[in-house]
Amino acid sequence: MNVTEFVIVVVAFAAVSVLGFWAHRWRRSSDVSLEQWALAGRGFRSWVSWFVIGGDLYTAYTYVAVPALLFGAGAIGFYALPYVAIEYPLVFLIMIRFWSVSKTHGYVTTADFVRGRFGSPTLALAVAITGIVATMPYIALNLLGMQAVLTTIGIHGYWPLVIAFAVLAAFTFTSGVRAPAMISFVKDALVYLVIGVAIFYIPHRLGGWNHIFNAYDAHFKATPPGTASLLTSANQFQYITLAVGSAFAIFLYPHAITGVITTRNRAVVKRTMAALPIYSFVLGLIALFGVMAIAGNIKPLIGPTGKPDTNTVVPNLFQHMFPSGFAGLAFAMIIIGALVPAAFMSIAAANLFTRNIYKEYIRRDATDREQATTSKIVSLLVKVGALLFILLINPQFSIDLQLLGGAIILQTLPPVMIGLYTRWLHRGALLAGWAAGMIVSIWTFYLTPNVATHVAHWGGTGFALSHLGLHTETAIYIGFIAILVNLAIAFGGTALLKAFKVPEGTDHTVHADYFTDVADTRAAEPAVPAGT
Amino acid sequence: MTQAPNPQEPPPAALVHPVNSDRSPWNWLLLIPIVLPLLVPIYNRWTPKLFGFPFFFWFQIMFTLLAAAVTAVVFVKTRRGD
Repeated sequence: MNVTEFVIVVVAFAAVSVLGFWAHRWRRSSDVSLEQWALAGRGFRSWVSWFVIGGDLYTAYTYVAVPALLFGAGAIGFYALPYVAIEYPLVFLIMIRFWSVSKTHGYVTTADFVRGRFGSPTLALAVAITGIVATMPYIALNLLGMQAVLTTIGIHGYWPLVIAFAVLAAFTFTSGVRAPAMISFVKDALVYLVIGVAIFYIPHRLGGWNHIFNAYDAHFKATPPGTASLLTSANQFQYITLAVGSAFAIFLYPHAITGVITTRNRAVVKRTMAALPIYSFVLGLIALFGVMAIAGNIKPLIGPTGKPDTNTVVPNLFQHMFPSGFAGLAFAMIIIGALVPAAFMSIAAANLFTRNIYKEYIRRDATDREQATTSKIVSLLVKVGALLFILLINPQFSIDLQLLGGAIILQTLPPVMIGLYTRWLHRGALLAGWAAGMIVSIWTFYLTPNVATHVAHWGGTGFALSHLGLHTETAIYIGFIAILVNLAIAFGGTALLKAFKVPEGTDHTVHADYFTDVADTRAAEPAVPAGT
Repeated sequence: MTQAPNPQEPPPAALVHPVNSDRSPWNWLLLIPIVLPLLVPIYNRWTPKLFGFPFFFWFQIMFTLLAAAVTAVVFVKTRRGD
């Protein structure tokens, strides 16, 4: 075990934990409500929001898995770049509408909106369950990101994860969304510091960028087809469908939505969307660590399951390149980078349960205070669940499930995103489209073999069109196929149900709700943080 | 912590409806950073290199800065009161 690195990581963890517990005093409110615990009273302003949403969306898993994909699969792994480049212009106008309608009606989740818009608790339940199922493995993957760092430091076993998650659960319980919001400042500062140094220092040690990319090219020229240093005719279409599908999907995930509606007004949403691509730029640099690892001849380490863990490639690169002190800082960055999104995700998943299952089906007259308490408790259970995913089931299961998660969350696009623009679609058709989209996602995912682990099924998100009898090598992102089927059924089914005059339910929103705003007054700003 | 009202707490913000539509010709600009990254044939190449980076990599990383620039322009130009 590397003691220097271990000490730095422990000190950093202890510091952000103190910050997490202390965060409940930040922008403090006397209200005990879900609005306060889960959304900090929807009060975050521009720069705070930029840190908060950036901290929320760019997870530890991203930091280790994106470079690992480039390391293992070559150019196709770089799809994360067009994905994170197009996502903000893509949702810029959509998210301000969502912000307004949620502010007007006090919606906390996408399922709340779907219920209000289409008058259908059942459709809302479908959206809520999809959100919870997609989020759980995502939280588990953040644990795997932490685990990769611990393996690299030389700590074996799962006990540090259990301790880290227990502390995380405790401060999320007491401080709510204020905890990850406050820690995101530390996380992001560390990211910019570590990446800023690494992106100059490591290439310098490896003999320059020219050499690094030549080694990468030579490496993939020597590997079997399927991986290549540039895109091939077989995977180009997969590349862009993955990028587009992921860009829509990210802002359907509960934790992203939670981040967006913690903001104070529409101008904050817009300004934040304009500044968030800076994180995407940094992610582009982080992806290149996968290329550097090839040039540096870095090998994946053996994880707790006894198999090589490709997620250790980036931590191992840092280990080899940096002196222990700085490597410790880089590891602290990844570990803190896991805490912030995991907290956001567990809060968001808990809200879906509270608002769209508990309040809808268990206690209709639950008070604000009771809803807050329910969400607090469920956020604990969600984290325990994610931990059990890793401890009791093969971690590969979480990885597979998270890949599938991106495809299934995309199936909530018609009621949520199209629903923001038009009420034309029928709730029955939307439900049928969703169900079909789920089935297609799961079926196409089942048919795809895993090239890396040589398992015949549940292996990847690139569905070979040859399965459909087409004579081609082309593959397409499974979520993309599923959403096409989903949309066809939603639109076709709507025409049919309207022809038979099937009741459409009540729309509780009006046109003006989608443009509600809050004036940008600065006078009311409390001292930050408000002391006792 | 106490349940006493916090004097520093801001009063609930009033909702306003200054606009009834988000339409603006400036919004069309958003299509540039959305469509350009999807045109694989224009950047799926090794050269010209920049600072040792193959075209495939440096050109796509530039898309993130393009997204920031265009989104910022649209934000400023569609701001109310301009």
